[in-house]
Amino acid sequence: MSPAADYDDRPWLDPDAEPFIKVQSVSKHFGDFTAVDSVDLDIYKGELFCLLGGSGCGKTTLLRMLAGFETPSSGSIIIDGVNMNDVPPYERPVNMMFQSYALFPHMNVESNVGYGLRRDGIAKAEIEQRVEEMLAMVELSQFRKRKPHQLSGGQKQRVALARALIKQPKMLLLDEPLAALDKRLRVQTQYELMNIQDRLGVTFVVVTHDQEEAMTLSTRIAVMDVGRLQQIGTPTEIYEFPGSRLVANFIGNANMFEGRVIENGTDHVIVECKDPTCNFYIDHGLSIPEGSKVWVSLRPEKIRISKQAAAESGTNCIKGMVNDIGYLGGTSTYRVLVGDKHIVEVTSPNLNRPKDGNPPIDWDEEVCLGWDASSSVVLTK
Amino acid sequence: MGCFQFGGFDEMSESAERSLQGRLLHRLGYLLQRNWRSLVLFIPFFWLLLFFLAPFFIVLKISLAEAVIASPPFTPMIDWVDEGIMHIRVVIDNYAYLWEDDLYAKTYLNSLKIASISTILCLLVGYPMAYAIVRAKHTTKHVLLMLVILPFWTSFLLRVYAWMGLLADQGTINNLLIAIGVIDEPLRMLYTPFAVYVGIVYTYVPFMILPLYANMEKLDWTLLEAAADLGAKPMTTFFTVTLPMTFPGIIAGSLLVFIPATGEYVIPDLLGGGNVLMIGRILYNEFNANIDWPVASAVAIALLLLLVLPMMLYQHIQMKQNEAE
Amino acid sequence: MNNGKRSYFLITTTCFGIAFLYIPMILLVFYSFNKSRIVPVWGGFSTRWYGVLFESEEVWEAVGLSLKVATVNATFAMLLGTLAGLALVRFGRFRGRTLFSGMISAPLVMPEVITGLSLLLLFITLKEFIGWPDQRGFTTITIAHITFSMAYVAVIIQSRLTGMAQDLEEAAQDLGAKPFRVLTDITLPLLAPGMLAGWLLAFTLSLDDLIIASFVTGPGAVTLPILIYSRIRLGLRPDINALATIIILAVAIGVLLAAWIMFRQQKQRELELKMSEEV
Repeated sequence: MSPAADYDDRPWLDPDAEPFIKVQSVSKHFGDFTAVDSVDLDIYKGELFCLLGGSGCGKTTLLRMLAGFETPSSGSIIIDGVNMNDVPPYERPVNMMFQSYALFPHMNVESNVGYGLRRDGIAKAEIEQRVEEMLAMVELSQFRKRKPHQLSGGQKQRVALARALIKQPKMLLLDEPLAALDKRLRVQTQYELMNIQDRLGVTFVVVTHDQEEAMTLSTRIAVMDVGRLQQIGTPTEIYEFPGSRLVANFIGNANMFEGRVIENGTDHVIVECKDPTCNFYIDHGLSIPEGSKVWVSLRPEKIRISKQAAAESGTNCIKGMVNDIGYLGGTSTYRVLVGDKHIVEVTSPNLNRPKDGNPPIDWDEEVCLGWDASSSVVLTK
Repeated sequence: MGCFQFGGFDEMSESAERSLQGRLLHRLGYLLQRNWRSLVLFIPFFWLLLFFLAPFFIVLKISLAEAVIASPPFTPMIDWVDEGIMHIRVVIDNYAYLWEDDLYAKTYLNSLKIASISTILCLLVGYPMAYAIVRAKHTTKHVLLMLVILPFWTSFLLRVYAWMGLLADQGTINNLLIAIGVIDEPLRMLYTPFAVYVGIVYTYVPFMILPLYANMEKLDWTLLEAAADLGAKPMTTFFTVTLPMTFPGIIAGSLLVFIPATGEYVIPDLLGGGNVLMIGRILYNEFNANIDWPVASAVAIALLLLLVLPMMLYQHIQMKQNEAE
Repeated sequence: MNNGKRSYFLITTTCFGIAFLYIPMILLVFYSFNKSRIVPVWGGFSTRWYGVLFESEEVWEAVGLSLKVATVNATFAMLLGTLAGLALVRFGRFRGRTLFSGMISAPLVMPEVITGLSLLLLFITLKEFIGWPDQRGFTTITIAHITFSMAYVAVIIQSRLTGMAQDLEEAAQDLGAKPFRVLTDITLPLLAPGMLAGWLLAFTLSLDDLIIASFVTGPGAVTLPILIYSRIRLGLRPDINALATIIILAVAIGVLLAAWIMFRQQKQRELELKMSEEV
């Protein structure tokens, strides 16, 4: 595979690629409250970009600024080379799918989907044809005469999607697109969304609080907290190389150990941890001096748990006692007490059926936890 | 293109160039579209300024004039005494008159007393009813609510009239009581303060029930269960949980009864006879019978001052409620 | 009502309350069929008072005037109240907003005697300066009624608008509708039921008003409440009982009809909802 083809998939790696959407030090204040705090963001054409964060982190405000419902207090938003600060929502080349779907209750499916085209003064015949195509795409052709209240949740969601896509926007904004659906439908719809995005090549910006959803859907994720951008990266980067303890804790679970760098090599570091007593040998280099205070993040599924009593706690190995077991069917979660008060969470696949109903590892059992050099990550903040 | 829609004025530019009329129409449409917001605001604003705010200043002005036998029966405030020397004549005699004649003071106090007692009575009747409606099952709730609202839509005057028939010396109640032998002679009820209380409670109790209902409807009733679960007896639960939670509804309902009851005219006139003095009646009589407009205006201003505090309180509550929503 | 003890108390008070509200009206209707001239003394069944009522030209004229005032008032109050409600909820902050919202809600609690007196004095002053209105009657009563009923409409519209998610209006904008277009396409159609409710309320308020009308009316313009009042001031009159019966009947039919239509719509909606779930 040539490097060029590689960049095609991941334009953010290409230094020459021009971002499609540029958010430049944008802030938004509501009175004394700062909802968005000097955010810089580049989104490339064809991306499925997720803004991820808890409630009140500013992700929705940022989305509403992209749509034009809020104006930035400072900074600028540039879409396809045009500064959008003074462009009202009805003139922006973007469309939005609302969390509530915001389907017009007094119009039927057809009128809802065709609304945007009618506002552009497009000829009737063309509107009809495009509405027809759109409804076929979301498989709602037979429901065209129904009113929104006669549709199920999933159908409403697809009408909202069709309505937002019919104007062929340069960018589609989706505010919690799956939040109103029940869990089974959500998973199915996720893949439908990805398929549609792939087919149309429209840039999607999705706001969500659901990290699984963000991981499944997106090419890249921006994690936000209290109005600030914490990290931007592909789902793998965000999960495997979180930039801070906050991101590590927000995306999935992480066991956090506090320690000091005692050896800093070119291809490895060793971190010494006092409570619990344990050394971490980690196979990536660091550009900080020896002796600095750091944290080591270790994901629960990256830890091996075994009954073989290891001699002593040492490098990439620690002794403990099982405090709690959560049996989840496919996996089990063990909460292991190491040292005096430190709890380490371990997730382990249940490869075999337990014999005679006895779990392979029991409560209050002494266990040994081990991991590889490539399993943990050093965090400096 | 080619499909003309209301509001899409730029699309009609081509045809508009043809005639003056078309151009004017286009211009008008353009103006409407550009300035419709100001228009939306201006029309009701102007209406209220002219027909609501301005009249108060006129009342204020006339209350500061002297009564004369003329048309209109009061002296002008501003006289033009030769060559444009303006002479402003302000007479506070009317207010002094209100102050000196203790008929007015008594009437004010009496109005406040009647309004307050009626408010409490309405609360005593309305609170359990609102509570019962909220706690009723779905269908019953709607039926009860409709039964409470229905009198709103019928004539206020006729509902007061109905009590004239009930309370008269030879009215239904007296006839009934005499027939079953409880009393020998008719009780005097009509044209007494009692009749006024009955009339006010009767006509205003829906104004108490509806805000209370609206307030209770939003309450989290599991709080009562929580209180009971934590060992509170029903009475304790009522005083420590229900009553404080429904307080905003109580205040809103009480003000909705108290304010109009203070200025009530019809009920004291029809049910109270000459015995019950209330400020609304004095104002009406001063104006229509005595034709003393300045004094009537002064009475109106004084009544307004009396009610300005509860009215502002009511507005404040409404605003807070709107914000909460 | 699951708690037995409490529910007895509640049921009793509610029954008494409802009886308190309705017995006077039922008696009013009952005595309208009284043969006797003395209202509360039963003299046998008769419909003669209805005949007396219908023969009275005064009554017909008053009904005509009242209906005319009520219709014109309701229409203008609906329009002005809707504009006012829109301005208050959707325009954010503007200069004079506090004054405006104060003027909108004050008529709701203003004693009628004050509103009536002040409007009359305004009309007199206006006549003095610009010669209009040269005669008080239909026009002045209607203006006075619009002034206070638009406040009620504005309140209804305000609560409708706050309840209506702004999402819909934003969605229309997002799809390319300019603000005025959003108003005509989305806001007004969704407000229509509220506007209808406002119209009906303004209509009834106008039909019901005695005090303001009697202040601002002029010679010859007698509305129905003014007529009723002038008759009952002197005591009970069986023809007024007959009139009351007709009014109560009309209101009851109107309200029940409205309730029935609403009930039907509700059922229809539920049915459609069920249908959509089955698909």
